[in-house]
Amino acid sequence: MDFWGQIDWMLVLKAFIVGGLICIIGQILIDKTKLTSARILVIFVTSGVILGGLGIYQHLVDFAGAGATVPLTGFGNALAKGAIEEVQKVGFLGAFMGGVKAAAGGIAAAIFFGYLAALISKPKMKKQ
Amino acid sequence: MEPIETKKQYQEYVNQKSPNSPILKNCFNSFWVGGLICAIGQIILEFCKYRNIELSLSNTIVSVILIFISAFLTGLNIFNKIGKFAGAGSLVPITGFANSIVSPAMEYKSEGYVMGVGAKMFTVAGPVLVYGISASILVGIIYLIFNTQAITLV
Amino acid sequence: MQKLGKQTLKLEYPVTILETASIVGPKEANGPLAKYFDQCLEDEFWGESTWEKAESKIIKETVNIVIGKSKLPQDKLEYCFAGDLLNQCISSSFGLRELNIPFYGIFGACSTFVEGMGLGAVFIESGAAENLLCCTSSHFCSAEKQFRFPLELGNQRPPSSQWTVTGSGSAILSKSGTGPYITHITTGKIVDMGIKDANNMGAAMAPAALDTLISHFKDTGRKPSYYDAIITGDLGYVGKEILIEMAETKGYQIKSNYNDCGVMIFDKATQDTHSGGSGCACIGTVFSGYWYQQLKERKYKKILLMATGALTNSTTAQQGESIPGIAHAVSIEV
Repeated sequence: MDFWGQIDWMLVLKAFIVGGLICIIGQILIDKTKLTSARILVIFVTSGVILGGLGIYQHLVDFAGAGATVPLTGFGNALAKGAIEEVQKVGFLGAFMGGVKAAAGGIAAAIFFGYLAALISKPKMKKQ
Repeated sequence: MEPIETKKQYQEYVNQKSPNSPILKNCFNSFWVGGLICAIGQIILEFCKYRNIELSLSNTIVSVILIFISAFLTGLNIFNKIGKFAGAGSLVPITGFANSIVSPAMEYKSEGYVMGVGAKMFTVAGPVLVYGISASILVGIIYLIFNTQAITLV
Repeated sequence: MQKLGKQTLKLEYPVTILETASIVGPKEANGPLAKYFDQCLEDEFWGESTWEKAESKIIKETVNIVIGKSKLPQDKLEYCFAGDLLNQCISSSFGLRELNIPFYGIFGACSTFVEGMGLGAVFIESGAAENLLCCTSSHFCSAEKQFRFPLELGNQRPPSSQWTVTGSGSAILSKSGTGPYITHITTGKIVDMGIKDANNMGAAMAPAALDTLISHFKDTGRKPSYYDAIITGDLGYVGKEILIEMAETKGYQIKSNYNDCGVMIFDKATQDTHSGGSGCACIGTVFSGYWYQQLKERKYKKILLMATGALTNSTTAQQGESIPGIAHAVSIEV
């Protein structure tokens, strides 16, 4: 297929490495601090918002693409970026609209697919 | 060994007695699984680029597809096995966020569709949204203050 | 009945453990003790729609089995002492609501089984009853749901964590019979050494086990070597080692004849259960299945059965409270 020839494999490699490194940070937090997964996710999303608000995270996104946007820090970055852009457009109220607007797709998808999965499927015992 | 009398001594003793997580192995697994998930995201991005889809929309497409895959695998009772193997590798990407919504929704189905599925869905994801959205609002407000100041200063 | 020291009761007319029964889940059925259990389930739901119903069914059927094995008519059973881990002990009360026997719901977390045996033995000794029933249950899935995370959450279990045993153990105590006899009861005190890690229950409960163990030896004047086996409920690998080492610092050598049901019930190498089994059913099933048979066959003649419990719930864990432990012991001889 024509598409596979056009992929920038260098970018894919960068995404792999940066994404992997961000996950390692999470793994060290899990193993060293005994934080629950909920807390880990909160820490990641909040740091994403802060780094995004400071404009730092965007450099990582420019460098690694999905390697920076797919981890939850990228979700936080999208929230912050959305809030700032909306403030630029509509002023004060934008702070309340932009974040959710930017993340709307992800949130809605997670809720909808989550509901669907719960309708169809049942929890099963971990075999291991 | 000396007899243990105080709580502090006991805590230190327990820390030394308890096995540590195999952190190197865990980090290696989380690196390559997490990296792989991001690489898949990047390939989807590349495909969007190929189809001339605008970047912010492409990012949403990536999120939705990965969330769908994660929800699907959770529903098939597979995601927890990946998570057990990969740890943060599947937790930190958006897949972990989706799993944290789907898993309690499935678990609490027995408590009904409103207070079970509907409410418990957010036991893990709720805090993520609360802190993420609140922080983004603060960022927006700070940006606003900072910029008006910049304008008045000039 | 005679009080020895502060915590131990010596029974004048030793109470017979007339019969025991156990049902376990599929994972336990793949463990090293599988052949000792009365029934092994193939599916954790056992045809029910929820984990809670499944656990209730397990305890109910275990009681049916033990009553059947004892050949006692049901109206000869005068009391039932039962408890479990789920909020307000609903597995026991829901599972046994059709039993039609005067019922005491008891809670001692994972120490419930021996707590029930101790109370039951005192009831019989005092003349309040001639035959009674003690039972307990736990279920991996319902316990995970209540105390930890949804089953499908992709998280990792730390190496010190333990695996809740799915199953139920039940015993009938009787005034008349030819043993094995309950001869002494040592009631434990609540001991809290400040451990807060809910993934390290063995370490949280070990100090309580040590306290009860030492009290038992002091009260009775016995030494560890008096017993063919000293058995704890669910300290797991971590707690077992801690108990051995801490007992040594107090001058008691238990290494040679001590074992833990949580260590025995799973195969650590192939079953990935980390620090071993836990839950009310851990000592419940391993005693009812394995140890009772060993006593009956006289391979072991004197054992000290000590169940350990972590007296915590998910609210206190979230509030950052430490985990108080407790351990109750009965000495059983043939």
